[in-house]
Amino acid sequence: MDWINLAYLVSAVLFILGLKGLGSPRSAPRGNLLGAVGMLIAVVATLLDRGVVGYSWIIAGIVVGSAIGVVMAKRVQMTQMPEMVAIFNGFGGAASLVVALSTYIIVSGGSTSWAIALVLSALIGAVTLTGSVVAWAKLQGYADKAMQLPKQGLWRAGLGLAILVLAILFVNNPHAGGFYLFALSVVALGMGVLLVIAIGGADMPVVIALLNSYSGLAAAATGFVLNNYGLIISGALVGASGIILSQIMCKAMNRSLGSVLFGGAMVSEDQMASIPGKEFYEGKVKSCGAEEVAMLLENAQKVIFAPGYGLAVAQAQHVTQELASSLEKRGIDVQFAIHPVAGRMPGHMNVLLAEAEVPYDKLIEMDNINPEFSQTDVTIVLGANDVTNPAARDDPASPIYGMPILEVDKSRTVIVIKRSLSPGFAGIPNQLFINDNSLMLFGDAKAVLQDLIRAMNEL
Amino acid sequence: MEALIIFVLAVFIGYEVITKVPPTLHTPLMSGSNAISGIAVIGAIICAGAGGTSWFANFLGFVAVVLAMINIVGGFMVTDRMLQMFKRKKG
Repeated sequence: MDWINLAYLVSAVLFILGLKGLGSPRSAPRGNLLGAVGMLIAVVATLLDRGVVGYSWIIAGIVVGSAIGVVMAKRVQMTQMPEMVAIFNGFGGAASLVVALSTYIIVSGGSTSWAIALVLSALIGAVTLTGSVVAWAKLQGYADKAMQLPKQGLWRAGLGLAILVLAILFVNNPHAGGFYLFALSVVALGMGVLLVIAIGGADMPVVIALLNSYSGLAAAATGFVLNNYGLIISGALVGASGIILSQIMCKAMNRSLGSVLFGGAMVSEDQMASIPGKEFYEGKVKSCGAEEVAMLLENAQKVIFAPGYGLAVAQAQHVTQELASSLEKRGIDVQFAIHPVAGRMPGHMNVLLAEAEVPYDKLIEMDNINPEFSQTDVTIVLGANDVTNPAARDDPASPIYGMPILEVDKSRTVIVIKRSLSPGFAGIPNQLFINDNSLMLFGDAKAVLQDLIRAMNEL
Repeated sequence: MEALIIFVLAVFIGYEVITKVPPTLHTPLMSGSNAISGIAVIGAIICAGAGGTSWFANFLGFVAVVLAMINIVGGFMVTDRMLQMFKRKKG
């Protein structure tokens, strides 16, 4: 018996070493491989467990699940990674929920602590499942606005109370309480929808990180049900990871976790009313053409790109790298400034640029790049908006005041490449666009950059 | 109780290890932890393969095996795909 736990210990150690490998891009592929080996060991050890007597369902499940996994991993576009992680969180939660229900049918009764663990496993699993499906739908753009249902707070409180009552009824008499467990699962599925549906698109990075954490906690709860240390340790690792990432995302947006989960939109109704409209920009925006920018770049010594999600929408990663390497060939120092919430999930922009073969040592984090802007000749803002708004630093009345920004406005010239003057996620105008040292270059990022490359070659 | 101690200590280890992951790799970290949360497959296998129970319980186990295997195989593969992009070119 104990050699099975020994095998789980080995796989837990491999998971930890694997995560440790993610400490640098160089050691990361090996770390990932260690994790996969750890998983293989855990699966094989479980197959040999003496509780396992029939193999047909298991083999069928492994074949079907692996096939779907392979197809998904091969087909997914790097711009679609947030959706993929969101739906995988949901699968993880669903697996824990279903295991909890199945375990109850098989064992049908146990100690109080067993019943509590079962409730937690079903509850967290169900909330993670539907919460992730809603998050996925929002990321797909089906419902990207924060949806405020009528009497939302009341609904949440009501469902929460129902879950609590059902949990108590079940834990009191787990042998006969099967109905309560299944009812609790159904209510928890509704709760998951309700918790995420009111959260706006801008806050999705926080939500997926949090659901990532939940999927781990659900697995850990399943571990308590089965008294299986392998599940407990791995679930705890994933739980910690998700929590850390959601904290980082919150800090980068100057939001508290509580306000993301319960506060609804980023900018309140009162603040909305005082936001200036189009007149904010009137007569103050200077726009320019590709030739003008090409000349500025030609004479620059140091250029920084500040990419945002608009870059990925325009599929302009590759042409950006083309421009960057053509600048480097002319002896110009080129760097990329990465805000923690650039892209749609933690680290997303780094992956998108890595795919376009931008070397990772050119991607500089916000805190390290900010002191460099004052010595930069030209900064090119590509599809980024709120994260470059100087009002977040200078204007205490701004709704985003206090949010850490890329201080692009400190460079000698700022070129903003953008389709129009439409606002970003926060819904407010950007002070940067009317600064004296800013030039707007209107158009689709990909087309504009191609023009720029052409103009540079003609100089 | 033993299980709880292990859980709490594992959270601390996770915290220490994961705060050292640079922001550049946060997306692979998330897809990689998707894969690790597929560890629920252990519970799924036990349910799918349990003897002397209803076919429904085994069937639920099967569903859980499918879901967890998607996470495991998909998670590790897509993470590797991303990490190879970071490896491809050094500055």
